Amino acid sequence: MSEPELRIVLVDQNVTRASILEEGLREAGCTEVVVVRDMQNLLRRIVDEDPDVIFIDLENPNRDVLEQMFQVSRCVRRPVAMFVDHSDTAMIRAAVEAGVGAYVVDGLRKERVKAILDMAVTRFNAFSELREELDRARQALDERKVIERAKGLLMKHKGLSEETAYGLMRKAAMNEGKRIVEVARALVTALDLLT
Amino acid sequence: MSKLIIGFIPLTDCAPLVVAAEQGFAAEQGLELTLVRETSWANIRDRIIVGHFDAAHMLGPMVVASTLGIGHIRASLIAPCALGLGGNAITVSLPLWERMRREGAAADSHPAIHGRALKRVVEARARDGLAPLTLAMVYPFSCHNYELRYWLASAAVDPDRDLRLVVIPPPLLVDAMRTGQIDGFCVGEPWNSVAVDCGVGAIITSTAAIWPLSPEKVLGCRAQWAADHPQELAALIRALYRAALWCERPENHAPLAALLADPCYVGVAQELILRSLDGRLKLNPDSQAVHIPNFYLPARRSATFPWVSHAQWFYTQMLRWRQVQPRPGQLAEAGASYRPDLYRLALAPLGVEAPLDDIRAERFFDDTKFDPVDIESQLGEPRS
Repeated sequence: MSEPELRIVLVDQNVTRASILEEGLREAGCTEVVVVRDMQNLLRRIVDEDPDVIFIDLENPNRDVLEQMFQVSRCVRRPVAMFVDHSDTAMIRAAVEAGVGAYVVDGLRKERVKAILDMAVTRFNAFSELREELDRARQALDERKVIERAKGLLMKHKGLSEETAYGLMRKAAMNEGKRIVEVARALVTALDLLT
Repeated sequence: MSKLIIGFIPLTDCAPLVVAAEQGFAAEQGLELTLVRETSWANIRDRIIVGHFDAAHMLGPMVVASTLGIGHIRASLIAPCALGLGGNAITVSLPLWERMRREGAAADSHPAIHGRALKRVVEARARDGLAPLTLAMVYPFSCHNYELRYWLASAAVDPDRDLRLVVIPPPLLVDAMRTGQIDGFCVGEPWNSVAVDCGVGAIITSTAAIWPLSPEKVLGCRAQWAADHPQELAALIRALYRAALWCERPENHAPLAALLADPCYVGVAQELILRSLDGRLKLNPDSQAVHIPNFYLPARRSATFPWVSHAQWFYTQMLRWRQVQPRPGQLAEAGASYRPDLYRLALAPLGVEAPLDDIRAERFFDDTKFDPVDIESQLGEPRS
């Protein structure tokens, strides 16, 4: 067989994102993956796991804790650096943009690291898209609720049918060059104040 | 209007950036600043390097470390303007403070007496077979790390052998102390005052007592960005200079504290932020506030001038604490990352009398002098 299995530690407090990346790494044949969520004993855990590669999400303030560890050589058995060599600006850019930090032990072959870093970047980006999609869906749902509520209020206060109430709001929106949800929101606020 | 994106960490000394953005000093210079709050110093550095930020609130030693390629990839950063002097303190947990008091420390003691008391506590714990004390600071390449180590070493406490020194991000320090993970820390305000106010710690000394007029944060940016955007950088330095003067004026302290208290900036109670601006710190939970002269200086005493000797001193500390293997030429490279020339150039139109020298000698609480004229012989660095 070729090189020994890479030991990978993921430091991520977001459960969903961590499992998306963990799954990707396992599919790529990395079986030695440990997810760390308990930040209190972060250093201890990492020293115990003795990983070849560490991934950490950039929203995590504990990133600075890791950077100290790599300064104190007696903490870790092997020297650790961010990325493999100084020519990796493109890799750093991709990682920072995706929101993931990577640390690897010295002496690891660049191609091996690059493959799994690319994987981490792809999965982090996939997670962001998922989150944005969720946000959009949630927003659409919220907007629908406001419109429903405004329609109901119009029906009640003006004795209109559902269709006429909706038509009235749509006409007001067109006249004022606004989105129908903005008109609905204004209506709900105004009626809340009046009643 | 030129638009600039600037990263910052929630600490009181981000004040000049916030004031430049909020009180019209940036607009006056034709700049529109977008301030982005970050969660770690490593993120600040990386986002400067990849160009997400044009400039940032940065640790002085981080500029030097990045330029030399220590602890990370090599990336030439510069500090064309400082963001004030002082503002840090050392806080210990109340149990440790009690122990230190029994060893002769008092609230108004000289840092050397505090050091001796701590030394006795450290020795007693070793004798009793107790775990060594754990102290925290905020980043390996920070003034906090070097100030704390300087004070410990002058009391003959070896920070790498006699205790555990760890990094914890500022907003998490107070909780770490409350839960007994750490016995003390060195950090910028408002986090010392927060520890006192929560009843978990006592401030034993300000760094103004360890090193009067000690350096702190700087405005950091890529050397290449500075070369490509000379007009914007000069405008930014002018805006920060004027904003720092505004921060310094006593009548502005209360509105400044209110501004920084906003959750989008520091997000800590106005009253706690005001303490460091006024230089009136409450040292422990049941005491009155005491006045600490020159605790934090945003503008006075050339507080925004990027002294080359500050960068040189950081480099000597990187050597002292074995963060770097010495190479010929490193000292000069470290010094060149601080750019008083750009500072003077930017401020000339305002008629500001900036210091004429790039270096100045410093004196520490133990009467040791740092003489930048003669560092090389002190270091024994091979001349390149």
